[in-house]
Amino acid sequence: MDSFQPIPPRPSPVRTEGAVPWIRRNLFGDPVSAVVTLLLFGAFAWWLPGFVDWAALQAVFAPDADRCQAARGIGACWGVITEKHRLIIFGRYPFDEQWRPQIATIVLVSLLVASCVRLFWKPWLALLWVVVLALFFALMHGGVAGLSVVTTDRWGGLPLTIMLATLSIVLAFPLSVMVALGRRSKMPAIRTICVIYVELIRGVPLISVLFMASFMFPLFMPPGTSIDVLLRVLVGITLFAAAYMAEIVRGGLQAIPKGQQEAADTLGLGYWQTQRKIILPQALSLVVPGIMNNFISIFKDTSLVTIVSLYELTGAMGLALNSDANWRPFKIEAYLFIAGVYFIFCFAMSRYSLWVEKQLSASKNR
Amino acid sequence: MTARAAPKAKRDWSLRSRAVRALLYQVIALGLIVAAVWFLAHNTMENMRVRGIQSGFDFLAQPAGFDIGEMPVAYDALDPYWKAFGIGVLNTLRVAIIGIVLTTVIGTLVGIGRFSPNALVRGLCYGYVELFRNVPILLQLLMWYLLLTEWLPDPGEPLSAFGLFFLSKGGFTFPVPVWGEAQAYAGIGILLGIALAWGWSRWVKVRFDRTGHRLPVALPALLLVIGGAVLGWLAGGAPNAWNVPVAGDVSVDGGSALTPEFLSVLFGLVFYTASFVAEVVRAGIQSVPRGQVEAANAIGLSRGQQMRLVVLPQALRVIIPPITNQYLNLTKNSSLAVAIGYPDVVSISNTAINQTGRAVECIAIIMLVYLTTSLATSAIMNWYNQRAAIKER
Amino acid sequence: MTHATAKTLITGALAAASMALVALPAQAGKTIDAIKARGQLVCGVNTGLAGFSVADSQGNWSGLDVDVCKAIAASLLGDANKIKYVPLNAQQRFTALQSGEVDILSRNTTWTLTRDASLGMHFTGVTYYDGQGFMVPAKGKIKSAKQLKGATVCVQSGTTTEKNLTDYSRANALAIKPVVFEKVEAATGAYFAGRCQAYTTDASGLASVRNKEAKVPADHLILPELISKEPLGPAVRRGDDEFFAIAKWVVFALVEAEEYGITQANVDQQKTSTDPVVQRILGTTEDTGKLLGLDKDWAYRAIKATGNYGEIFERNVGPKSALGLPRGVNNLWNKGGIMYAPPVR
Repeated sequence: MDSFQPIPPRPSPVRTEGAVPWIRRNLFGDPVSAVVTLLLFGAFAWWLPGFVDWAALQAVFAPDADRCQAARGIGACWGVITEKHRLIIFGRYPFDEQWRPQIATIVLVSLLVASCVRLFWKPWLALLWVVVLALFFALMHGGVAGLSVVTTDRWGGLPLTIMLATLSIVLAFPLSVMVALGRRSKMPAIRTICVIYVELIRGVPLISVLFMASFMFPLFMPPGTSIDVLLRVLVGITLFAAAYMAEIVRGGLQAIPKGQQEAADTLGLGYWQTQRKIILPQALSLVVPGIMNNFISIFKDTSLVTIVSLYELTGAMGLALNSDANWRPFKIEAYLFIAGVYFIFCFAMSRYSLWVEKQLSASKNR
Repeated sequence: MTARAAPKAKRDWSLRSRAVRALLYQVIALGLIVAAVWFLAHNTMENMRVRGIQSGFDFLAQPAGFDIGEMPVAYDALDPYWKAFGIGVLNTLRVAIIGIVLTTVIGTLVGIGRFSPNALVRGLCYGYVELFRNVPILLQLLMWYLLLTEWLPDPGEPLSAFGLFFLSKGGFTFPVPVWGEAQAYAGIGILLGIALAWGWSRWVKVRFDRTGHRLPVALPALLLVIGGAVLGWLAGGAPNAWNVPVAGDVSVDGGSALTPEFLSVLFGLVFYTASFVAEVVRAGIQSVPRGQVEAANAIGLSRGQQMRLVVLPQALRVIIPPITNQYLNLTKNSSLAVAIGYPDVVSISNTAINQTGRAVECIAIIMLVYLTTSLATSAIMNWYNQRAAIKER
Repeated sequence: MTHATAKTLITGALAAASMALVALPAQAGKTIDAIKARGQLVCGVNTGLAGFSVADSQGNWSGLDVDVCKAIAASLLGDANKIKYVPLNAQQRFTALQSGEVDILSRNTTWTLTRDASLGMHFTGVTYYDGQGFMVPAKGKIKSAKQLKGATVCVQSGTTTEKNLTDYSRANALAIKPVVFEKVEAATGAYFAGRCQAYTTDASGLASVRNKEAKVPADHLILPELISKEPLGPAVRRGDDEFFAIAKWVVFALVEAEEYGITQANVDQQKTSTDPVVQRILGTTEDTGKLLGLDKDWAYRAIKATGNYGEIFERNVGPKSALGLPRGVNNLWNKGGIMYAPPVR
């Protein structure tokens, strides 16, 4: 027998985990990809330092209009935010009383965040909602506990945005459930009414609904009555949100297997008992992501009330800068600030919506 | 035992019968709605009578009395109100149609880009979608308008190319042919060319089914359309009159312009809606079973061919209903142009309300315009949906 | 659904329906009664036009239109501060007045036939004779309105400005291209950004905008041509003649006061004057207030609160104020202007 001849060692396995393999696979996978990576990198390297320079390094943070003017084109003027942030965030609310909308907003946002956390999904949450909303209005409007009255035309900025979005969704929800049920009802008259409502509202832009609310609502009321502008706008946005949510809820209702309805009938449950105990709980848990999406879009759509002269965030910014010639050239920084505020809120909400979706689908994928 | 005849069904008129209850609820619901509508209408009439406000649609025939900044067709201040509204509708459609085309292109590209093998491209597409989705459209429109009016050169010193194209705060000005008979014939020629091109593509398909040979489609179709235009132009006498812009003292005169208002509405709407379309396309592509992609790989199709021939046609089923929604949203969002001075139908209706005081009638007209556009778009997309639906055996 | 539940439902629904049918619109209350019951005059003003109606950061309103409201409140309620100011933009102003949201619209509104006849309002008089003009950058080549051929002009929608611009453009074959904005801030913003060659509104508005919003006011030139007549004045709703009369005559009293030398400073002393006209205005001899439904000190209170018309003008828009507008055509009829008040007697 010949002596043992070892075969040459095989090459070690190629690493597929780790940073370098990842870069090789994802950035330089094939020639086209490599070229694209190089081009994009080059573009970034050319643009990014300039942007960072403008936005941070050379930027003027002090509320000094002259320094800002001197730094025009070289550095961003974040001083406009330092100077005007109270006017932008709180609108025309009286200066001395701005602690009130501050507290009111914090309380309302905390409530919204708390309602998102599983820990708080208890029956007393509903009571908490009522209490917090009452507290919000008491703080904003005043007239109780020695607080001075501030009429609704002075409300503005971030508190107004959050309040309009929250209140319109909360009010639109029961209405949308009714309309969705009505649309699936067997009674032709009720079905037709619901269809007409939904298709009419969904077919027109929100701005025309707001115009209708602000121009025509007063004509619809008996002569001599006058309705608060905020109330009119709230009614308009609520009707708008309800139409879209009705479609989402209807989608959820359609996804419930017919067997559930038949089983409920077998047990002898009436229509409203079936809906309340069997159908709606299942349907609504299906549509929570859709409702979150609707909330995000209504939150963004509140920026439209600036066209009917309620000064929410976008309008308050216009108000703050347009009448002040010293700061008007720095509108772009103010726009970026407000865009950032909206982005933070909406991005957080969309991340939450994804989390909720995962939670709900986890229970389905056993 | 002889079978007895079934007893006649007795009509049960008591409240125990479901049919009777249903009838009752509907009557009550209808009654409430009618009462509410009567209440509102009565109040409105009463208010208008007490205040002396006129009503009626007769104002549509009266001269408008105001100029409009952007006119796709000729319009004079003495033309009646209905013509002014028509110009508004044309402006809205102009921005909506071009917007829908651009949105589809950009949205599809970004949506496909989310699946690119290159991580940078994936990251960029994700960043684009999140950035543009989470900022309100009104804010985006205002920012685009600010950028365009700040950074474009003064109208007195425009940037020019070849002495024919100018870029200034007045917009992008370019020469247009003077509209006359020949151009109308050219238009008819284009329509004929499109019809012939469609016929050619059908014939190519038939021939392919019969013989397996595929003739080119795109190039002959293009040639047919261009040929139709040229023939029409020749038939009209081949006029050569152009409306050429000239840089004047204070502004660029003549030619036709894409104004900053139009451009900012267009860009704002396109980039905003494209982010939603990208998400819709992504969801559609994800809905195609992975087995399809693996099978396409197995028969050797390249990535581009996979996307074009296998994935996208199947994804279309899932994409079309939500994308219809986005098209409708784009059309409705174009109403925000009123905030930056683009004369769309809402802006013109506002002017009409202020000049005639007929708020109810003008708002009714706006709602009618948008409802019609929505229904038309939905109908077209439904027809396309039927065609794209995969006919399963 | 049980029998009993159904019956309850039906009864409830019928009750609701009958209430809806019975709730006919209430009788339109008289404006004066409403004001007195409320204890406040609700005055529709501009959202912020320096010299006419503008609020400072503390929320205190000042301006010519504001002073007119103060005078009426002083006459009617006895206190010039019992006013609620409702800022209105150009689109909302008429519907706000029509719907009853405001009692009087004192918002630099032009008196035209259409507005008087078809919008359900009555103009009480003219407080400022104005005209529409143009503002252009001073270092441009345009020095006269006739040079605006083919120019783009920024204008706000919802005002007479659009129509006047069109008329002027047609009359002089200028082919002006208007860029129409919903909000006045957008229009002025676009002009100052350089989008348009000119900005057009009432000449007083141009002075106000130039003073307040231009970085260097001297960089902007207000062209000499006035292309339209814009008589600005307060308006009230149709159908209430008593309030219409009061609003009208308070302004006339202010003009008469200037004509006869009654000022805010000397009005107390003038109560002892022997001039019969002064005595009638201030109510020392005749009680003209009774005929209007007020007491005899109605004009005295108005003048004490705001001063006479000349003082109001000087304080808000006059040559020494920030706007620096000349008295011009707004002077008294016997001093070269056309302010002529019918006699308060």
